[in-house]
Amino acid sequence: MFDATIHKKLRDFSLDLAIRAGPGEIVVLMGENGAGKSSVLNIISGLISPDAGSIRLDGSLLFDSGKGINVPVEDRRIGYVFQNSAVFPHLTVRENIAFGLRSRHKPMAFIREHVGHWLKVMHIEDLADVKAGNLSGGQKQRVALARALAIKPTLLMLDEPFTALDAENIRLTKELMRTFVTNMAIPCLVVTHRMSDSRDVGDRVYVISQGKKDWEGKPKDTPAHLCRCGDA
Amino acid sequence: MNPAPVFSEKMKRISTCIGAAILIVSVTLYLALPVAALFLRTDPDTFFSTLSTPAVLNALFLSLSTSVISLGIVILIGTPFAYVHSRNDYPGKVIIDTLIDLPLVLPPAVAGLALLVLWGRVGLLGRYLSLFGISIAFTTLAVIMAQIFVASPFYLRQAKSLFEQLDPCYEQTARTLGASPLRIFATITLPLTANGLISGAVMTFGRALGEFGATIMFAGNLPGVTQTMPLAVYVGLEGNLAVGLTISILLVIISFAIMIAVRLLARRGAFHV
Repeated sequence: MFDATIHKKLRDFSLDLAIRAGPGEIVVLMGENGAGKSSVLNIISGLISPDAGSIRLDGSLLFDSGKGINVPVEDRRIGYVFQNSAVFPHLTVRENIAFGLRSRHKPMAFIREHVGHWLKVMHIEDLADVKAGNLSGGQKQRVALARALAIKPTLLMLDEPFTALDAENIRLTKELMRTFVTNMAIPCLVVTHRMSDSRDVGDRVYVISQGKKDWEGKPKDTPAHLCRCGDA
Repeated sequence: MNPAPVFSEKMKRISTCIGAAILIVSVTLYLALPVAALFLRTDPDTFFSTLSTPAVLNALFLSLSTSVISLGIVILIGTPFAYVHSRNDYPGKVIIDTLIDLPLVLPPAVAGLALLVLWGRVGLLGRYLSLFGISIAFTTLAVIMAQIFVASPFYLRQAKSLFEQLDPCYEQTARTLGASPLRIFATITLPLTANGLISGAVMTFGRALGEFGATIMFAGNLPGVTQTMPLAVYVGLEGNLAVGLTISILLVIISFAIMIAVRLLARRGAFHV
């Protein structure tokens, strides 16, 4: 279970949000560019510290301004796929997926077995020894997803994961995302500005504007006047 | 139909081509002829026989060894410095930036004099060191210090700009995956900036190797101790010109190799970061 109350003064406005997501639930954060969606993910991951609030994940407090708790990014175990997938271009696909496990000093046999598993389920076995910088956009996205999931995260976050992908790769990424979030029973936050993505993958949607929640509900019920941010 | 406009158009194109060719040839000749003159002024027999003389060998060894040490120090201290400097905002950052660039525009003789009045036997700091019997000026250490002073900006500027341009998402992703700052620097930051850093290092080595003004002011011109290759060329002019020519040709070859290395590295390029 993920539960967060965030207050952060940003450059142009204040971010004031309360978000929650249950196990296996995909929650979509939708809004126009500059609405503060990516800042929310950066705050939850620990890359940015909020001014006040609390972030609770899987029964543990990651941040609590009142109690002075602020767990470092490295210890939060949150799988975060950045907007441009951010695969390490100089490392092979195998090394990319193994990166988080190596950072956590897992045994070599464990790493080999897990990387093999993720290569297989993401259908990228034949790319294992290819440098990630040479992959297509869709392949990069699958590597980034595998890398984020390989650390067995307690929360998965994806920032605009469907941007710059062709229709087939968008479909495949959505399918993989749904499968693993359900199988691993972890909460998932997805940032998008497109209504079609929200409808396809979301269980619940928060429409955000200027750092505040405009609306919350099921994607199919999103009021038409709030769908202006994407391709509704 | 009047053929005159077609003819004048053709003439205009030809004269433009001729003008461009004259410009390219004259600039190329201006730069290449002095270098070619060095090779034409000597012959292979003289070159190879002079190459093995103590004057040339000492200068060659001293120049290469001090330049390698200078480069090592610049990389070891300059890389973390550039990283910390580029990733943090602090008061006086602009002044530090200007100081980094200063040796690039400062006349090398002024740099040498500055080092001398600071570290010389009666210098601001040197006078205290001499109380302990430590003397820096006119030693091989002075050669290295002069090389570091004039050549380090080539590496620092390059490293600083590379670290500034690197998309932070790579390091941020590595952090979310649990990597320590040291592991991120070693496995992500350095490899993604490696080509540019090597190119900066090669330029620094080349500048250190060719250093003359600051060295002669701060380290003097003692054969085998502080007489580097450029200084030996200067001495060769007054005594044995063959030595001067041989060392000059060596320096041209090394400089040419450095420029080719930089170009190859630039062409190979880094991954799109």
